[in-house]
Amino acid sequence: MRVVNIGAPHFAAALEAQGVEVAQADWRPPAGGDMKLIEALEKLSTPAVAEANAKALAIINSGHPVLVDVGWARDLIPGMQRTTILHSGPPNRWETMSGPQRGAVLGALMLEGLADSPEAAEALAASGEIEFRANNDHGCVGPMAGVISYSSALFVVENRAFGNRAFTNLNEGYGKVLRMGAYAPEVLEKLRWINAEVAGALQGALRLMDGGLDLRSLIAQALHMGDECHNRNKAVGALFLREMAPYLARAAGVGPEALARILDFIGHNEIWFVNLSMAACKATLDAARSIPGSTVVTCMARNGYEFGLQVAGLPGRWFTGPAQKVRALYFPGFTEADAAPDIGDSVITETAGIGGFAMAAAPAIVQFVGGTPELAAELTAHMYEITLSESPVYSIPAFGFRGTPTGIDIRKVVETGILPSINTGVAHRLPGVGQVGAGLVHPPANIFADALLALAEAAAPQTAPTRRYDDPI
Amino acid sequence: MRERAWVWSGRYFDSVTLMAVSAKLRAQPGVERAAVMMGTPMNLAQLGEAGFAVPEGLAPTDVVVTVAGTSEEAVEAALAEAKRALEGGGLGAGPGRAPGPGRAPGPGRAPGPAFRADLAMISVPGEYAPREARLALEQGLDVMLFSNNVSVADEVRLKRLALEQGRLLMGPDCGTAILDGVGLGFANAVRRGSIGIVAASGTGAQELSCLIDRLGGGVSQLIGVGGRDLSDAVGGLMTLAAIERLQADPATEKIVVVSKPPGHSVAERTAAALEAPGGKPYVLCLLDRFSLDEAAEAAVGRPLDAAPPPVPKAAGRALGLFSGGTLCSQARQVLGDRAELIDLGDDRFTRGRPHPMIDPSYRIALLEQAGAGLVLLDVVLGYGAHPDMAGALAPAIRGAAARGCVVVASVTGTEGDPQVRSQQVAALREAGAVVAETARLAALAAKEALA
Repeated sequence: MRVVNIGAPHFAAALEAQGVEVAQADWRPPAGGDMKLIEALEKLSTPAVAEANAKALAIINSGHPVLVDVGWARDLIPGMQRTTILHSGPPNRWETMSGPQRGAVLGALMLEGLADSPEAAEALAASGEIEFRANNDHGCVGPMAGVISYSSALFVVENRAFGNRAFTNLNEGYGKVLRMGAYAPEVLEKLRWINAEVAGALQGALRLMDGGLDLRSLIAQALHMGDECHNRNKAVGALFLREMAPYLARAAGVGPEALARILDFIGHNEIWFVNLSMAACKATLDAARSIPGSTVVTCMARNGYEFGLQVAGLPGRWFTGPAQKVRALYFPGFTEADAAPDIGDSVITETAGIGGFAMAAAPAIVQFVGGTPELAAELTAHMYEITLSESPVYSIPAFGFRGTPTGIDIRKVVETGILPSINTGVAHRLPGVGQVGAGLVHPPANIFADALLALAEAAAPQTAPTRRYDDPI
Repeated sequence: MRERAWVWSGRYFDSVTLMAVSAKLRAQPGVERAAVMMGTPMNLAQLGEAGFAVPEGLAPTDVVVTVAGTSEEAVEAALAEAKRALEGGGLGAGPGRAPGPGRAPGPGRAPGPAFRADLAMISVPGEYAPREARLALEQGLDVMLFSNNVSVADEVRLKRLALEQGRLLMGPDCGTAILDGVGLGFANAVRRGSIGIVAASGTGAQELSCLIDRLGGGVSQLIGVGGRDLSDAVGGLMTLAAIERLQADPATEKIVVVSKPPGHSVAERTAAALEAPGGKPYVLCLLDRFSLDEAAEAAVGRPLDAAPPPVPKAAGRALGLFSGGTLCSQARQVLGDRAELIDLGDDRFTRGRPHPMIDPSYRIALLEQAGAGLVLLDVVLGYGAHPDMAGALAPAIRGAAARGCVVVASVTGTEGDPQVRSQQVAALREAGAVVAETARLAALAAKEALA
């Protein structure tokens, strides 16, 4: 007989004395000993929930994101007005926006010609005339401030397995950029160029491509080349350019000078691909966004004020908590005092099982998380404790090509107290300064507990077959 | 007096470990009171009632150490000792504590996927126990549920799940079991044989299995079902499953069912299961009508051939200090209200204190207070029990005897037990106690002394 001893080690010792093989469980009360949460966990430990989760995982694991087109927000997003501003994270108001997000809003209002100065833009933003919406509620994702406005160019990513689409803006590169809250004239000038020349050329190139660009395949390859496709996109960016360059060269109306500018811009922007990685993850997860009873997380996002989460069993409902401080390595000249709280939609990558969940695949950036490849491996290994499956597509060479931990289960997070590990960039807390570092962050714990309680409340009474006490056995 | 508290957040230790650390602190020079516990609401209330200043904002995953002593130095030294002991994993951490590299086991889960267990031994606090038991049953394990304070509703739910899974759910509050020769919980080294036992599973089952051993018989399986199994509410779910398992067990030739008087319909079904065509010979021992001694005799088919030992007449207060609940109630049947019989294993006495089978200190304190009169006590041996209970009690017995107190004892155990029954008997006799062959004979001897 082999025994697992859960509780007093005393009993394990007594069994060992009899020569029995015993393992002592490293037990501690689940959910921090909170009986309300434990009752919710029990209520959600039913075959019905298991079935719903299996369905969610099947959808997520068969997701097949493909980049099919480039278009513009005014045409692609239903109901988009010139006065609509989409932003990262859960729904936000001007009053509570963090520095970077405010700056990006000001820039976007000037870009759209709704204001001719930052002061005028600020007055307009505060006037109530502007409709602020969360990207994720409209199939969109954007890094950092994540601001998408009427004239923003958007990548169109289609989930080939299910036909749903996700959108993201084009990455502006480093330095003073709108996504970090910069709104100086040259920032807007560059954005206009991206939204026009770069977007136009990419649209032409993609429309020449038969069947679009397979993002799932690019990400899978990049994970074997040292990227985790959130904080490191070096390899995948090169792969992107390799696939796109011939089509860009052939695209109508792109002369040699423009082609050189575009190739140079994309090729030297090492985080170019992060937006596409995010849209790929968004398209994959959105297919599973509404599955009654499921406890799988389908969306996580932050806006610098709050961290928000959605779960498949309660589609469209945000659970929010305060945006956290990032444990980061800072660029020279910056310190923690300069950092904005956690911001951006890029945590959609972790939600889909890459980014921080594939940290073990990206030893080159372990400096951001404390320095050693062992620590990186440990971070990823922990994530298997809170996920329900392993990706059949994305794998980690250092783990013997084990699939990345995929499908965060609200129940497992609450039970273990292990929070998702997120790789992230850090924005300066003031608009327009830019990125000041990169590091590691966790969501606030309350959003998982809140979602669990809401799921338990929504769950039908237990449907286990009931046998009467005096029925024959 | 100085009092100080230290809190270690986000850590968990089981109560046995914490009580052992408390006991160690209390033994430090200059320490007057010490408590080491998890910050559950119940524990904190208890801490407050005990007169300690309770730190604010504690969670059930915080360890709190409070010490009151005669001097600052003594308190500091005790706190330092507590830190040392806890950081070392308590006092003597169990086996398999360190998880394998990269595969830290999550809370409540078995240590690593490589270890495939057949049985889960669960002794976590009662409020958390149903979940652990459910997880273990769903993984296809038999469960021995030592934890108490599990509701009847949870017990019924878990037992139904066990039946669906074709597994055993022994308990709750199951103190002992023997499966395929392995003693679980507080179990004795009983000869293997052909007698299968189904019992509520406490010291009654231990006494019965030891008596079978002493009569030359042997035990195939001892399945504990928990004290409420044969109540109408639980409906004998596990008793019937255990009988079924024993009917099918090739090692079992005779089935012994021991129980408090069951509910009427449950009694009928139990009898029907035992009477089933092709069923094995059986002994059904209801403890209102038969004793454990009689059950053992019927099981082995041989008389015990023992009588109550001669005892001097006792005058004064008669006290029973039991570590076993069934042994205490058996004595009550013999003695009625002639003596004040206390089950020190009862929840009332074990809150914040280790079980009297592990920790003799409370019984020693009561013995030391006993004047002329009579004290009846049980010593229960076996795996998991105190390594030398007779030796620990001996000085107090000697003191009581010197004050003219008649001490009558029984020893539940076998020669194969780690403590060796004959050695424990000798130590008790040497201290001045009269030792009877069985717990029931000890009660009869006490009755004689009080007549």
